[in-house]
Amino acid sequence: MHTDLSASGHPLGDTVAAFAWLILLLPLLGFVANGLLSLTAAAQPGPADPSAGHGHGDAHHGDAHAHDAHDTGHDHHPARHPAAKWVSLIGPGVLAAAFGLALATFLAMRGAGDAMHAPFVLTLFDWIPTGALQIPVALQLDPLSMVMVLIITGIGTLIHLFSVGYMQDDPGYPRYFAYLNLFVFFMLLLVLGASYPLMFIGWEGVGLCSYLLIGFWFTEEANANAGKKAFIVNRIGDFGFLVAMFLLFANLGTLSYTGVAAGAAGFEMGGALVTTICLFLFLGATGKSAQMPLYVWLPDAMAGPTPVSALIHAATMVTAGVYMIARSATLFSMAPAAQLTVAVVGALTAVFAATIGLKQWDIKKVLAYSTVSQLGYMFVGVGVGAYTAGVFHLMTHAFFKALLFLGSGSVIYAMHQAYHATHAHADAQDMRNMGGLRRFMPITSTLMWIATLAIGGIPPFSGFFSKDEILAAVFARTHHSTLAEATWLGLPGSVVLYAVYALGLAAALMTAVYMTRMMLYTFHGPNRTGTAEQGHLREAPWIMTGPLVVLGVLSAVGGFLNLPALVGGGMSEILHHWLEPVVGEGTLRVTLGEAAHLSHATEYALIGTAVAIAVGGIALAWTRLKPAELVPAAESPAEQGIERTLLNKWYVDEAYDRTVVQPTLGVSRTVLWKGLDAGIIDGLFVNGAGFLARGLGWLGSQLQTGRIGTYAWVLVLGAVSVLAGFSFR
Amino acid sequence: MDNTFHPLFYGFHFYLFGLIAIASAILFVTRKSPVAAALWLINVMFCLAVLYVMLDAQFIGAIQVLVYAGAIMVVFLFVVMLLNLGQPDDLADIRGTGPRLAAGAVGLAILAEVMVLARSRIQGEYAPAAAVELLVPAADAVGGVIAPVAGPLFREHLLAFELTSILLLAAIVGAVVIGKKQGPADAR
Amino acid sequence: MLAESLALSAVLFTIGVVGVLTRRNAIILFMCVELMLNAVNLSFVALSKLYGATGQVFVIFVMTVAAAEAAVGLAIIIAIFRHRQTVHLDDINLLKG
Repeated sequence: MHTDLSASGHPLGDTVAAFAWLILLLPLLGFVANGLLSLTAAAQPGPADPSAGHGHGDAHHGDAHAHDAHDTGHDHHPARHPAAKWVSLIGPGVLAAAFGLALATFLAMRGAGDAMHAPFVLTLFDWIPTGALQIPVALQLDPLSMVMVLIITGIGTLIHLFSVGYMQDDPGYPRYFAYLNLFVFFMLLLVLGASYPLMFIGWEGVGLCSYLLIGFWFTEEANANAGKKAFIVNRIGDFGFLVAMFLLFANLGTLSYTGVAAGAAGFEMGGALVTTICLFLFLGATGKSAQMPLYVWLPDAMAGPTPVSALIHAATMVTAGVYMIARSATLFSMAPAAQLTVAVVGALTAVFAATIGLKQWDIKKVLAYSTVSQLGYMFVGVGVGAYTAGVFHLMTHAFFKALLFLGSGSVIYAMHQAYHATHAHADAQDMRNMGGLRRFMPITSTLMWIATLAIGGIPPFSGFFSKDEILAAVFARTHHSTLAEATWLGLPGSVVLYAVYALGLAAALMTAVYMTRMMLYTFHGPNRTGTAEQGHLREAPWIMTGPLVVLGVLSAVGGFLNLPALVGGGMSEILHHWLEPVVGEGTLRVTLGEAAHLSHATEYALIGTAVAIAVGGIALAWTRLKPAELVPAAESPAEQGIERTLLNKWYVDEAYDRTVVQPTLGVSRTVLWKGLDAGIIDGLFVNGAGFLARGLGWLGSQLQTGRIGTYAWVLVLGAVSVLAGFSFR
Repeated sequence: MDNTFHPLFYGFHFYLFGLIAIASAILFVTRKSPVAAALWLINVMFCLAVLYVMLDAQFIGAIQVLVYAGAIMVVFLFVVMLLNLGQPDDLADIRGTGPRLAAGAVGLAILAEVMVLARSRIQGEYAPAAAVELLVPAADAVGGVIAPVAGPLFREHLLAFELTSILLLAAIVGAVVIGKKQGPADAR
Repeated sequence: MLAESLALSAVLFTIGVVGVLTRRNAIILFMCVELMLNAVNLSFVALSKLYGATGQVFVIFVMTVAAAEAAVGLAIIIAIFRHRQTVHLDDINLLKG
């Protein structure tokens, strides 16, 4: 690979960082290798995953004979892919290697010290060299992209390892790892690219992989539809991203991060142009990061394998929007109105999704809405200019949400194995069929409790620090910041920020409640799986629990990466200082040039409030919910009133169906298909061209009379016109 | 033959035969009977032969009478009579008024165009008084009137001449083959 | 007399063209073509006084070709008449594919 070290003056140019392209290349090679291996055996797509076919009891009848053969020995599944061993090596192997390289690069970057105030741009080759638009394929290594790379490769490695156990019996095993490696490649491209177009490639690439993995078991229509939904909803956001890029190029003439950051200061503070650009960027972020109103695809995306939900739809891809806004920090800090929009949308999403999470029975759906809600938190963070807080929450969320998803995967795996052994066809993901799993799966239970405390905001677990920092930042911005002085839809910025803070607290309360509810119903109380199945419930193998343990440790201590100055002492605000070169300027502009300041008393009060709410939420759920009174899903009565509304997710999907999908389909069917396609394209253009050719041919054939008289006339007229041409020249 | 040139006498006869040629041509295209038309065409050719002679192309004038008026037109008349087309038949041979007017217009257009082109492209005019000293000697003692034509014909244009003879041969063979009554062997 | 000769040639040629356009009888059409050829010959002869004897040589070629054309053309007409019992061109559309 041609490495033009355009930043050769940079101290990182002489270190391992010069091989940063290898971090990208490794997953790509893994994709190619696994993709080729997946072609070595005839593909047998089918639901062999524990969570596959849930809610579709009939699907199990189709492959009952395969299950029978499977009963003789768990380790020798007849459908297991012949190349599975190689894939198990390559898939997680390339990720581990990439993580090692990322770690080495990280150490080199730490060694560079103050030199990291300038990003290390590694130009690989020219991509679009056209006139004013010069876009090289260049990688940008700076503290922000380094954090993202570490999260992606680190958690990616763990999830790949988990997948080895979770997906081992799937006939599409190599295909799965090929997609997963491809996803990691695109995600790394997204965060490592040095310009918006490169980010967009990664952006679209992860969207593609998300689509492929949601519809991994594409033989079931619901899964395929979920993939299509994710893809189409994301297109709306991509439109915004594209428009933002066009506007940036039209006004700044460059699309590289360094160029945009330099040019951003030239915009009018709070001007219409920069606000428009930021809002379009945010539209892109709402699509990819599942914010209102484009969040609807994420819950459906749980149709994919559970590790995919953990990696793509919780830890990495959905946080791309947060990364994008943090990356555009200088731009956003010029547009307070856009920032307030981001914060308000984030807060509303956080609360809205949390309410839905309160009443879901599917364990993955609870986590899905929880993810949407936590993403809302991150947007609140980056929205109020606390980019470090947003990225901090992104990181801790990646830890505990990956842990929660993998834990739920472990639970589903156990449930499925149990139902499998007894040939039952109950739903392996419905919490009403679980209960008391603590006794059968102690490791998973303990680790998931850690994650629950983390997400709930109990100190000293990681989520507490990141969530508290966001809320504190919102509170701090209500005074003495560009946001407080701006107006948003006629409201003063400080009022909006107080509302956002209140919404954040409400979301925190609900988060504690629904997470505790999930834990209670899953792991506590009596077991509702069934007496025959209880004997088959057991902890997952070590290849799955191992990553869980690592994630559990990270969830527990991840918060220490950015302790508040109040309690941290010499260890405080590590991440803040680390990210300072990238987002510091933007944050400072929002806070009017001074570091945000809250009196210690206020800070203690805020922490106290947050902890009280978290503890209160857990206590509320613990005392009010009675897992003992639950009955299995098949025997449950239908919910009524508000519960039913929440279970049906506020009927948002139905509303979208009525207002957007059906009219679109109607217009497509009547106007676009029958009118435009069948009428104008087929009728006028295609058949019209045919008629035109036939008509002209008919006219021509009329000249061909076969009578010499006609020919004589034609000949003479031709001669006359030629002579006329000579005569009048 | 004395070389005295009488412009008035010359001009009078030139115009006379020219007008006769035009009148005969008009009569030729307007006759319904093919035989009458052919006879009027022969008249045009005779007039042209006279003009050729007046233009000092005596040999061409002789050939015009012999080959054109004599041989070719006789073949025409022969065919007309062979096919018994001597009488104007019921089917209108001449087209209706519309085509006739259109043909007249087109004819006028061609005439105008040719006139314009000839006027603009052909430079020079020979004075009648100097006509005797022109490029083509009227007659010389040794070669007569044929040598000036025969010279170029058999020197520069010998190849074309031979090719033309082959063409004639092919035309004769073709005419025989086409005109031959088809025997039972050829009947389909 | 060059101008007059060329003018006469043009007039005769035009009459031939008009004849071709207005007549339906194949034989008369042929004769019209002959008239046009004669008109051209007149031009050749007239111009040969200006440019040399090559014009007269060309007249001889034209006559030869006209003779060949008449021979073949009339043979074709005879052949057609044998089949169709007519020489009216409007009744003959064998050229139509």
